[in-house]
Amino acid sequence: MEKDQNNILEEVTNSDYKYGFYTDIEMDTAPVGLCEDTVRFISAKKNEPEWMLEFRLKAYRHWLTLTEPTWAHLHHPPIQYQDIIFYAAPKRKKELKSLDEVDPELIETFNKLGISLDEQKKLSGVAVDAVIDSVSVKTTFSDTLSKYGVIFCSFSDAVQNHPDLVKQYMGSVVPSNDNFFAALNSAVFSDGSFCYIPKGVRCPVELSTYFRINAANTGQFERTLIVADEGAYVSYMEGCTAPMRDENQLHAAIVEIVAMKDAEVKYSTVQNWYPGNKKGEGGIYNFVTKRGICKGSHSKISWTQVETGSAITWKYPSVVLMGDNSVGEFYSVAVTNNFQQADTGSKMIHLGKNTKSTIISKGISAGQSNNSYRGLVKVIKRAENARNFSQCDSLLLGDKCGAHTYPYIKAENHTSIIEHEATTSKISDDQLFYCKQRGISSESAIGLIVNGYAKEVLMHLPMEFAVEAQKLLAISLEGSVG
Amino acid sequence: MPKQDVIMNVGIIQKTYDLQEYLKSVFDKMKHEITKNDTAFIAEKREKAFGLFNKAGFPHPALERWRGTDLSRALNHEYSTLPEPPPADLDIDKIFKCDVPHFETLLVTQLNGWYADRKNLIQVYPNGMIIGSLAEAFQKYPELVEAHYGKYADDKAESLTALNTAMSQDGIFIYIPDNVTVEQNIQMVNITDFKQNLFLNTRNLVILGENSHLRLVQCDDSINHDVTFINTVTEVKIGRNSSLDHYKLQNKDDHTTLINSMYFYQDEGSSLSTNAISLNGGLIRNLSHVTLSGAHSSADVYGLYLMDRHQHVDNQVYINHVAPDCESRELFKGVLDDQASGVFNGHIKVYRDAQRTNAFQTNKNILLTDKASIDTKPFLEIYADDVKCSHGATIGQLDAEALFYIRSRGISESNAKILLMYAFAAEVINKISIPELRQRMDDMVKKRLRGELSQCEQCVLNCSTQEHQKVSFVIDMSKI
Repeated sequence: MEKDQNNILEEVTNSDYKYGFYTDIEMDTAPVGLCEDTVRFISAKKNEPEWMLEFRLKAYRHWLTLTEPTWAHLHHPPIQYQDIIFYAAPKRKKELKSLDEVDPELIETFNKLGISLDEQKKLSGVAVDAVIDSVSVKTTFSDTLSKYGVIFCSFSDAVQNHPDLVKQYMGSVVPSNDNFFAALNSAVFSDGSFCYIPKGVRCPVELSTYFRINAANTGQFERTLIVADEGAYVSYMEGCTAPMRDENQLHAAIVEIVAMKDAEVKYSTVQNWYPGNKKGEGGIYNFVTKRGICKGSHSKISWTQVETGSAITWKYPSVVLMGDNSVGEFYSVAVTNNFQQADTGSKMIHLGKNTKSTIISKGISAGQSNNSYRGLVKVIKRAENARNFSQCDSLLLGDKCGAHTYPYIKAENHTSIIEHEATTSKISDDQLFYCKQRGISSESAIGLIVNGYAKEVLMHLPMEFAVEAQKLLAISLEGSVG
Repeated sequence: MPKQDVIMNVGIIQKTYDLQEYLKSVFDKMKHEITKNDTAFIAEKREKAFGLFNKAGFPHPALERWRGTDLSRALNHEYSTLPEPPPADLDIDKIFKCDVPHFETLLVTQLNGWYADRKNLIQVYPNGMIIGSLAEAFQKYPELVEAHYGKYADDKAESLTALNTAMSQDGIFIYIPDNVTVEQNIQMVNITDFKQNLFLNTRNLVILGENSHLRLVQCDDSINHDVTFINTVTEVKIGRNSSLDHYKLQNKDDHTTLINSMYFYQDEGSSLSTNAISLNGGLIRNLSHVTLSGAHSSADVYGLYLMDRHQHVDNQVYINHVAPDCESRELFKGVLDDQASGVFNGHIKVYRDAQRTNAFQTNKNILLTDKASIDTKPFLEIYADDVKCSHGATIGQLDAEALFYIRSRGISESNAKILLMYAFAAEVINKISIPELRQRMDDMVKKRLRGELSQCEQCVLNCSTQEHQKVSFVIDMSKI
């Protein structure tokens, strides 16, 4: 622990966004802009069946009728959808049989990211699916997983090899007409991860996907679908990074989770897209729709997120509690610094009886950033004995940032108990004085206090992520003191 | 759609189509009538405000500020608007007699939006206090009025406030000069009595100078049971080191739509305590908009709502911390029975310069049935870092263990429930600092919980206790 702490301090003092490199890999891209032909191009490129193309076209046509949502506490110049490349893939000359055949540049990229595919495979027992510029490049551990009947592969493989499962569940949680960005994603998504845990299987390893935007002017539109059948359990992790560029890049993803009777899905993410520079130039626009449905009784979905990256974050991981006695959880730490803007939170929709949900959200704003929690807790008439507890705390570091809380609570059942509490404050001078008095510099003291403040959420992260998240917190807040 | 208006009386146009269109035609045709007491300043404000209203239209639930409150049923009636002023020989004592025991008030009455005392439209008291008709004040004290009128009300954010600015004919004007402590409680009573459906815009202006102190009780009452839509806007300016104790009591019948918008603007060192108690009413929307513009000022905003049947209550509280070192506290509690629905929207906004702000907000609700619903949105929007802000919201039901405890002592279930609900409500009632009023509200809440106080009674302060006779009220409508 002592050593960990020292490492963090070291990293705080000398690091900026360390994932901002760019790898020169030969790319296969779609023409700039979006029209029906782009959608057809993507679909053809991926050799998709007819029904998939239909799904995309339907979503695209619906998208044309929608306008960008404006209700969030976010400000950005209009996104020029016609200037974006909607599909970019590392050129693959042939089918890869093993890791040795992967482009060495790519391997190098992943080593830089700290996810050495090979090593992780051997040492940490984590199955990794790495997606670079929207295309899944390598999935590790597939053989081990297939022994248990667990399907963990790229989304395009799933479309080819497990069309029935994809057809059954894709769009069942986030329909293609759900919202502006979901419709866009449904039309142009290029790849992503697919994961199916069969009945009664407790997935033996933690599954993980790493997303990376590499090419310039491209948008990343990936799609994740996780299905846990009756009594299954899976812990799924997601990480993401992007190179430093002056222009903004768009990322619009969809994550769908289905938990059947007695199933449990634990989804953790450390979102670390490039947040833009200190003047607020560049960075990723992160517009993501994440939703899970507790379909069967006694099922459970848990979201844990650490949001440190992106120029703009628009993200509301939600749980629809349909099955009786189902449980939804949301733990979030969102850090914004410089000119970052985050509008994030959770929705808990109680439909079944005796459903429970917990929301713990910790926002930290520094620099000139704005950090909003926006959430909904809804209990419908027949959801007897629903229980919700929400806590949304905000910490302000600096007098030019903003911290906002917009909870919506709607109850229609008199047996429900809903509690919401929120506080906003800054790090008190007493706390800082106490640390400094013991010889801790103000920078480290803030790191310490912030980590303590976020602990409640960080402890829900899998081990591999927890350490990284702690470091990220410190790095993101670097230079925000004073 | 027929495009004709039937002019029935002076100032009364029978609605034949869309309400907004109708109001537009009234505004255009009756302009001489509406603006007859105006100064150029006021008339210009009306034009601008009507433009804003006409552009925005009536509010609907798709608007963020109107989520959960649907006016469409209330707007679907045919209304008359611009009622005539009451006759000069109207006996005010006959209209209204407040009989809260030992409750000394200076009564200021409004009838159908008009200042009721037509013989004595405005009065200057020995201590310099001015009370009277707002329309009269436009003429007599234009400088005083124009320094404040329309400055605090937000015509842009609320289209109904804009409509009010455009079309209100009269209301109450209260001016308290510097260094005056008003010993008496001032009671503003807004009575509606009209033989047709009435759409009423009334406007009040209250100005407190420096180092002044005032206790103000505002009551809304209706006499008859026709459909009424009352849109009241009250602007209150609280000067340096002044204090205002404000109570808003609502006990309307189920046919009434009451839109009550209060805009408070506070200077340095001032303090405000406002308490909205809604016991009955078809659809009530209370907007309390508080701007703390001077340092070291404080605002306490309290509310209690007890709703049943199909009643709907919407409490909107916007607190703007513009200046540093201010404090605000909010406490809203509600019990919703039958099919009643409630909305609470608390919005605390702390501006960049408002350092060392303390802002606290609490909303607690009890739902008694599965048909009752509550929609609560406790918002915080904070741009300063040296602040202590918190909000909490709960929705629940009566504590089963507490119920059991009381019942185990031989108290019937229904009484035990009333006891618990009363205890829940008492937290707000206990904030009332006028003892007589607190006592009376306490009685009324108990009655309300027992279901004895359901229909609109003539006065919110005049509940049907045995020891107090009913107030009779007759206006000869043939004279109007």
